[in-house]
Amino acid sequence: MLTKIGTFTRTVHGNPFSPLTFFRYNSIVQLVDGTDTSIRRFLKQLPGVDQVGAESRAAMLATRSIKTTSKKWAIDCAISMIDLTTLEGSDTDGKVRALCTKAVHPDPTDPSVPSVGAICVYNDKVATARKHLDAIGGQSIPVAAVSTAFPSGRASLEVKKQDTLDALNNGATEIDMVIDRGAFLSGDLVKVFTEIVYIKELCADRAHLKVILETGELVTLDNVRKASHLAMAAGADFIKTSTGKISPAATAPVVLVMLEAVRDWYAMTGIRIGVKPAGGIRTTKDAIKQLVLVRETAGEEWLTPKLFRIGASALLNDLLMQRMKLRNGNYTGPNYVTLD
Amino acid sequence: MTFEYSPAPESTAIVDIRAQYGLFINGKFVDAKGSKTFNTINPATEKVLSKIAHAQASDVDKAVAAARTAYTKVWSKMAPQERGKYLFRIARIMQERAREFAVLETMDNGKPIRETRDIDIPLAAAHFFYHAGWADKLKYAGAGDNPRPHGVVGQIIPWNFPLLMLAWKIAPALATGNTVVLKPAETTPLTALLFAEVCQQAGLPAGVVNIVTGDGATGSALVNHPDIDKIAFTGSTGVGKGIARAIAGTGKSATLELGGKGANIVFDDSPIDQTVEGIVSGIFFNQGHVCCAGSRLLVQENVHDELIEKLKHRISQIRVGDPLDKNTDLGAINSAAQLARIKEISSSGDAEGAHRWSPECALPEKGFWYPPTIFTGVTQANRIAQEEIFGPVLSVLTFRTPQEAIDKANNTPYGLSAGVWTEKGSRILWAAKQLKAGVIWANTFNKFDPASPFGGYKESGWGREGGRHGLAAYLKGGEK
Repeated sequence: MLTKIGTFTRTVHGNPFSPLTFFRYNSIVQLVDGTDTSIRRFLKQLPGVDQVGAESRAAMLATRSIKTTSKKWAIDCAISMIDLTTLEGSDTDGKVRALCTKAVHPDPTDPSVPSVGAICVYNDKVATARKHLDAIGGQSIPVAAVSTAFPSGRASLEVKKQDTLDALNNGATEIDMVIDRGAFLSGDLVKVFTEIVYIKELCADRAHLKVILETGELVTLDNVRKASHLAMAAGADFIKTSTGKISPAATAPVVLVMLEAVRDWYAMTGIRIGVKPAGGIRTTKDAIKQLVLVRETAGEEWLTPKLFRIGASALLNDLLMQRMKLRNGNYTGPNYVTLD
Repeated sequence: MTFEYSPAPESTAIVDIRAQYGLFINGKFVDAKGSKTFNTINPATEKVLSKIAHAQASDVDKAVAAARTAYTKVWSKMAPQERGKYLFRIARIMQERAREFAVLETMDNGKPIRETRDIDIPLAAAHFFYHAGWADKLKYAGAGDNPRPHGVVGQIIPWNFPLLMLAWKIAPALATGNTVVLKPAETTPLTALLFAEVCQQAGLPAGVVNIVTGDGATGSALVNHPDIDKIAFTGSTGVGKGIARAIAGTGKSATLELGGKGANIVFDDSPIDQTVEGIVSGIFFNQGHVCCAGSRLLVQENVHDELIEKLKHRISQIRVGDPLDKNTDLGAINSAAQLARIKEISSSGDAEGAHRWSPECALPEKGFWYPPTIFTGVTQANRIAQEEIFGPVLSVLTFRTPQEAIDKANNTPYGLSAGVWTEKGSRILWAAKQLKAGVIWANTFNKFDPASPFGGYKESGWGREGGRHGLAAYLKGGEK
């Protein structure tokens, strides 16, 4: 069992470089200090993931039948966890304002519907979103910005830092960065680690850092587990499955493995890291399956917007229709929920 | 903030249980001679489900005679592809009536609806489909160029997988041209009687399948009947030995699927989360009422503590209760007698110094229940490491080297199943070569497929069921 025994910050070549994390593994003290050797040694100790077994566990959990009171609870819980997202080239201020209005009062006819977890936009729309949310009573809803040359991540570190700084300066309090999948697949783990460390340094106390692994490009569940631990060791507050631009995205086995990772990280360090599945979660059924995965893998402590978010756009309306159905006893239809 | 699952019970409206059942002989339900009956109950509620006829020796006579007539006059003369058609028809009807079978099995047996719905019934139908395809291809079954059926087969099945064991027995017997007299277990006769209705619905010729209900005496009458050509039995090693004695020198052949004390071996490089899942499914699937259960966990000592911690965490998630609830993981123990047996052997674990652990879980007041339980600190010398408990009780032992794991795994009178957990492919092959077990799973457990032969070494039985090997057991051949 790995046990975290300390963290401190130091300066490397004039740049702040943190965290430095000590782990104890079978009484050998180890340091994940950003060097290739230390990262490799750390990741090598992780147990493998048997794909067949992980898939069958995820499939079994998908058979859970959530009805009546528990369904009602789950729908509201899922609404409060949505990172309501628009990430289109065609996004305008008008579109973003409409989304923010919906985020505060998802169902204008029913004030008992909770607000969503956050708004998620590109960095040039952060200011618009923040301003509009503040104006309409959504002060408590954070604005998340996708960053670091989202979605591909193919840019220099300087550009990625500037991208992040822009978002922070515009008022983002959550940063959704992408890892360099090319570097990960080619074995340049130092690059992946270092970039996360630098972005985390910029976020500091100003913003929560979500690290997008883009699991559809990492492909194997072994890679998902390694990338999850790598991101957590480098300082991620959240690990996120996907950009939503690549398929497959938040499949149940991937989310299962990431939830196991945060559960194990908590056992090691006493720190709870959040998980955000994004991409492909469109129906109430999909969302409830995610909540079941959380409950039976990481545990109920994770069933809060602080530790679990669902990145989605279309999902909210399906949740609202299901909510109306539970309340009124009959289905309405898409014209009874608002478009955006 | 809590996410408690609301009750999600499967409706029982789909099943129509008669107040009383007779015997299924020669295509019809008939009364047993004499008025003796016994009740079959729902082990989760102890409520009586139905009254079942108790077949006497003379009833077994009638059933065997019907099977013999059907064999000589109809079934052995039928073109093989026609036999296959009946099997395909039965398989399809089982699929169409799957929900009915699943609910009935859960009510009569106590196992969770999730298992009957997702495993028992689909697998039973799959066995009929698989064997239907074999009916006209028997020359390729490995029993020579001129394979022939035995004739009338007496089949006795256990209560742990009532319909699935029926399928394992009846599908290959019919595909190969035999006719059968089957006795379901005393505590779980209902799905066999529903299957009798399916035979009627499929228009199966009268007498090809006969079902006689009763207890050990009925089984004994079947085993000792002079006009039975072959016995197929699944059940305890004790009864299996009795059958072997009874048929010695009679010329009857036999397939015996008996007990087990399967070793599930975990090496220190195993994929730990899936290993934990495999251990759970190995011992808690079907309340541990599984002859091939992974009831002895052999863990490499350097990962013992970490594994047990994770295992306990996972076992705490197991949902015990109403078997008809779609979210139940662990259902009721099948009978008061079995519960008493589990309690008795488990208490020997306490007495012999092993450490018992169960999660906190509230058990229903009515019915027969046992919490998921693990014993750590178990040695080969403990009764709970030697005897088959046939319940949700896991014995955890440790080993230091791969060879020690194999030696301990093989150090049992049984030899039915084993599991190997490691990410190292070469070690899987090395272990599989040395394990004396009929079924070896690598990085998985309790997976079944009609194409895969199943059976045991040593006191775990004779012969194989499923696949070509299982087919051959229902054929005489070899000679041209």
